[in-house]
Amino acid sequence: MKETVIKVENLTKKFGDFIATNQVSFEVEKGEIFGFLGANGAGKTTAMRMLCGLSIPSSGSATVAGFDVYRQTEHIKQNIGYMSQKFSLYEDLTVKENIRFYAGIYGLSKQVIKDKMTSLLEQLQMTAEENSLVKSLPLGWKQKLAFSVAILHEPKIVFLDEPTGGVDPVTRREFWNLIYEAAEKGITVFVTTHYMDEAEYCNRVSIMVDGKIEALDTPRNLKTTFNAGSMDEVFLQLARGAKRTAD
Amino acid sequence: MKRLLVILEKEFRQVFRNPAILRMVLVMPVVQLLVFPFAANYEVKNVLLSVVDHDHSSYSQKFISKITGSGYFKLTDFSPSYNKAMEAVESDKADLIIEIPAGFEKDLVKENKGAMLIAVNAVNGTKANLGGAYAANIIRDFNSEIQMQWIRFPKFNAQPTIEVTSSNWYNPTMNYKFFMVPGILVTLLTMIGSFMAALNIVHEKEVGTIEQINVSPITKVQFILGKLIPFWIMGLVTLTLGLLVSWLFYNIIPVGSIALIYVFGMVFLFTLLGVGLLVSTYAETQTQATFVSFFVMMLFMLLGGLYTPIESMPEWAKWITKINPVAYFIEVMRMVVLKGSGFADVKVQFFSVLGLGIFFNTWAVINYRKRS
Repeated sequence: MKETVIKVENLTKKFGDFIATNQVSFEVEKGEIFGFLGANGAGKTTAMRMLCGLSIPSSGSATVAGFDVYRQTEHIKQNIGYMSQKFSLYEDLTVKENIRFYAGIYGLSKQVIKDKMTSLLEQLQMTAEENSLVKSLPLGWKQKLAFSVAILHEPKIVFLDEPTGGVDPVTRREFWNLIYEAAEKGITVFVTTHYMDEAEYCNRVSIMVDGKIEALDTPRNLKTTFNAGSMDEVFLQLARGAKRTAD
Repeated sequence: MKRLLVILEKEFRQVFRNPAILRMVLVMPVVQLLVFPFAANYEVKNVLLSVVDHDHSSYSQKFISKITGSGYFKLTDFSPSYNKAMEAVESDKADLIIEIPAGFEKDLVKENKGAMLIAVNAVNGTKANLGGAYAANIIRDFNSEIQMQWIRFPKFNAQPTIEVTSSNWYNPTMNYKFFMVPGILVTLLTMIGSFMAALNIVHEKEVGTIEQINVSPITKVQFILGKLIPFWIMGLVTLTLGLLVSWLFYNIIPVGSIALIYVFGMVFLFTLLGVGLLVSTYAETQTQATFVSFFVMMLFMLLGGLYTPIESMPEWAKWITKINPVAYFIEVMRMVVLKGSGFADVKVQFFSVLGLGIFFNTWAVINYRKRS
């Protein structure tokens, strides 16, 4: 029984004459890990911001968790988690205070927050650091914590915008373990990345070039279609045709 | 409501963890109130005087000792010629030249009139104006003294004079500090209101955490209240500190109601925070926010009547002061602290500031967008 949680049809965003996202259409199933790939400036972040209700589309339609991106953004916000490219925790608050704040604004009760905090800190092996300021933590830890905080309120979908940028391979591996665990719990993961090894971990991958989706399939099928040995080759074949340079 | 409390808890934690903010709220007002009132003084003393005496008579000596004895002038230079005296002015050794011509005494005795020249360095306008006026006053005084001496046996008083005596109400000793301290208190609140909240919000834009807030169910009103309330409370702390300092160090006890000062202060802070908020919705970086806030603040202060009286501003500038909350609060502060005015007396100012506050805050809330 498949359930569609993100449905996008001909979604377009223009900034003046520039078409950042050009008539993009796709669907994402519940519990799927959906990789959203593309070179810098291909329009990934713009598309993701529209789905999160941060940016108003110029045309086309989209629903996220069953809610319309034009009219029901506040409902969408209650049902999604988001972790941006920029660091999204408060550096001058402690680990505990960050958790309490983000859980609190989604309306979780004190008792629920307390239970979740304990299990989360154990899972991340950060119990000893619970009273440290976030700025004192290594980047990899911050990113793992930010992800855990983004799914604390058990959203239907979590959007991750280049979550592993600048993180070492071991931590990236651990980060992806967290993603798998979230997906097993039924949270749909929508992730953008520049690492092609990470693309292999996704259930399905879309590749954007110049604002359009040029390919969308499982990593295995993509490699067969493009007669490539790895996702890296697939990406290079598509991205070479790009007219736009990085922004 | 519960969400607002969560936001407020976070904001207060961040404030108390930031030593710069605490210093600004607690230390800066005390230091400013202790230093400014002594420096910002309208009285002109120590006008540097250069005398060119071509006469060297007993009258010219008498005049010189009279002018140096007045306490406003400091005789720094005795020049043999006007040109030499100008050199002293050019090298900033003198502000004012008095030239007594040769034959001053002779003319005075024989022809019953004397002439002298006052030349003022007007680079510093206030000093020049007041110095010139003082000097003219002393000369007039000197003049009447001589007349008194000469008219030994007056048959009748040839020149009836009207003597003006004035009494200074509300500040009987004309103490400048009484005038300045309440005004300086207002400028302190202005800084906290227009600067700090603006910088705080723009900081969230810069580090990117505002994105995280914008994808959350926090409404914009909740976000804004969460930002404004802590700074509003800190502004009131500063006001309290300021009133304490003026009581302890200057012995200034408001003649009017302290409650009225607080009520007005609350509304004033609401307005100024609205201005800061407005700046933050337009600025993308803290640098931008600082420059814009600074510009607005300077405008508010210079057209606020703290340093120069609004009454003597040109008509167009007076209109600007009508939309300047700082001008209203300085006026009210002085009225309540020195004169003991009640709410009925400051009603117009109160509703003007409240109206401005509603205007700026509404504009800011409309302009703050969770989505683009």
